[in-house]
Amino acid sequence: MVGRDADNRILVGGAAAAFCVLIVATLVVKGSTGLQWIMSGMTVGSIYALIAMGFSVIYSSTHVINFAQGEFSMLGGVLMFSLVTRGHLPTWLGFIIAVLIVTAIGAGLERVAIRPMRNHSVISVIIVTIGLAIALRATAKWIWGTDPVRVTAFSSGTRVKILGAYLPPQSFWVFGFAAVAVVLVFLFFNRTLLGKGMRAAAMNPDAASLVGVSSSTSSLVAWTIAAALGSAAGIVIAPIILPSFSSGAMLGLKGFSAAVVGGLGSAPGAVVGGLVLGVLETITAGVLPTGYKDAIAFLLLILVLLVRPQGLLGRAEDVKV
Amino acid sequence: MSGKPVVRSAVLLLCLAVVVSLSAVGCGEQKVDTSKETYKIGAVLSLSGPASPLGQPEQRALEMLQEQLNAGAGVDGHQVEFVIEDDESLPAKATEAMNKLITTENVAAVLGSSTTGASLAMSEIAESKKIPLVVCAAGTQLTQPVKKYVFRTPPTDSMAIAKVLDYLVNKAKVKKIAILHDANAFGTGGADELSKKAPDEGIEVVARESYGSTDTDMTAQLTKVKDTPAEALVVWGTNPGPAIIAKNMQQLGINIPFVGSHGIANKKFIELAGAAANGVVFPAGKMLIPSSIPEDSEWRTAVDDFKTEFKTKYDLEADTFAGHGYDAGLIVTEAMKTAGTDKAELRDQIEKTKDLVGIGGIFTYSPTNHDGLSEDDLMMIKIENGNWTEDK
Repeated sequence: MVGRDADNRILVGGAAAAFCVLIVATLVVKGSTGLQWIMSGMTVGSIYALIAMGFSVIYSSTHVINFAQGEFSMLGGVLMFSLVTRGHLPTWLGFIIAVLIVTAIGAGLERVAIRPMRNHSVISVIIVTIGLAIALRATAKWIWGTDPVRVTAFSSGTRVKILGAYLPPQSFWVFGFAAVAVVLVFLFFNRTLLGKGMRAAAMNPDAASLVGVSSSTSSLVAWTIAAALGSAAGIVIAPIILPSFSSGAMLGLKGFSAAVVGGLGSAPGAVVGGLVLGVLETITAGVLPTGYKDAIAFLLLILVLLVRPQGLLGRAEDVKV
Repeated sequence: MSGKPVVRSAVLLLCLAVVVSLSAVGCGEQKVDTSKETYKIGAVLSLSGPASPLGQPEQRALEMLQEQLNAGAGVDGHQVEFVIEDDESLPAKATEAMNKLITTENVAAVLGSSTTGASLAMSEIAESKKIPLVVCAAGTQLTQPVKKYVFRTPPTDSMAIAKVLDYLVNKAKVKKIAILHDANAFGTGGADELSKKAPDEGIEVVARESYGSTDTDMTAQLTKVKDTPAEALVVWGTNPGPAIIAKNMQQLGINIPFVGSHGIANKKFIELAGAAANGVVFPAGKMLIPSSIPEDSEWRTAVDDFKTEFKTKYDLEADTFAGHGYDAGLIVTEAMKTAGTDKAELRDQIEKTKDLVGIGGIFTYSPTNHDGLSEDDLMMIKIENGNWTEDK
């Protein structure tokens, strides 16, 4: 096993080194344009990272991949439109109400659609989440229509200069929120009893329930956190992405890719995966004809799945007997 | 006391006279003759699915036209009925709906659909079953080359491109442009045609970039444009892409003119782009700003009446799509006045339509032109302080 670990360390180290070389090369060759790509890529990457963290929360606790995760963010965004852009509530109040509504929806869906599936295989539950995604999308379309909506940015101003690059002020809200979220999620799963118990429940439900963590509670808590996190993320990114009923599909796909690249179930992995994906996409769009951009995301995904299926920061699943 | 009954009968008589004279006018030619058979015209529109923002106003306009016609003389005394089917924005459903309209409803002609894909599928049925079809979609390939039974009401993508090139040459006076387009069919088709036609006008395309319909950041593409000598950026796509591009341009401080497509000819674009929308120029049907149409023209009167009536009936602003639907119904019912319901005769009569005043413009078809409108029915709109103004 020692050799295997060393191999993995070399692999991850190599990938990190290659990525750093790419960043430095971009900066050296392209100067401030390159810096602009990296900064824009980090904004896009932080958006992916926020969605990816939602995937991680539910995966860590139940081994389910929630394909309705992008829809939680979409709902946060369009609710914010109704409450703040149309309803003229202050941003902070709209934020709280929108997060509460989506959190309630997330918890409710867990009780109504996920809990009854507790005796079925994980793959069946994943298929149920696809159904939930379609239902949420259709409901949002019915309420908000097909047009994208505008959510007012949290702070005024059109751009902020940082080193030689320009970013919209909202980017900094996204960076800040992603940083806070990753720390909170990491602490919850690694430092609190409930969080550790939930991870245990995912690995061995019977043993965990013997020591007082039921997989049913674990699943409810995970869905509640994921819905809260997803909707809050959706609200913070809404002024940038101009959400519509169908935005959840794109967010879910990119967020899932980021989670797999970084390592499903790891919050820091979600951030690394999101940032790598976002920066690579933007550099590709800048250097190659733009059609190749999406191909790069999938290429990266396939590469990771082939070489290091547990993701860059993920732990290999050692099943010891 | 005796005076009053006289006054009363006088008033009554007067009322009677008015009523009689009114109904006499009505009996003249202004009434539907219920003994005549009802003229049925089919319509397949995208009432649900992604294209429903197009299909729904088209449906409303047709229902309004039906009411207007039947409140008057109908078509030559015949009552008119538009039988409307939903294609759910899907070509397969559109063919199904059209076949149903032909076989079970026995319609004389078909209108629609709202999208180019569904309309293309329907145009094949129109040709094989020899039934006139008036489409409300903008894809150039629908009528070029000319299909015998297929006509169109909206201005084509080609007309919009011609208008944009005309603007770039004569108004903006630029020699070098960059193109940034949506990677979907609309964006790619527009960019292809623009790149092909620009050199003929003495304009060089110095950069051509694309983006995905769901992309959230186009700064990478824009930094490439910034590094070229482009004097204007032409953006070919529909919401929300162009709104994100307008914001990204502001963010990067790119100050060259933003020339959009008719895909952003809606207030949604202004809402999404906010202050970044100011200065954006795009081609659109003149009905969007009625004051751009000469005041004393029949066209202006038609557009003003249409907009007022639509607003009263539905409490909604009539957009260009409502106009496309209305025009399709108008063209067919006008031709029916001479042709009746014979399909071959009706087709010939539609092709003879000349100088018919519609909402989208003045329609003239010919054996070699089934487009109806021309580039002159379009104008360039500039966004200033969040409002549309005609860019003369």
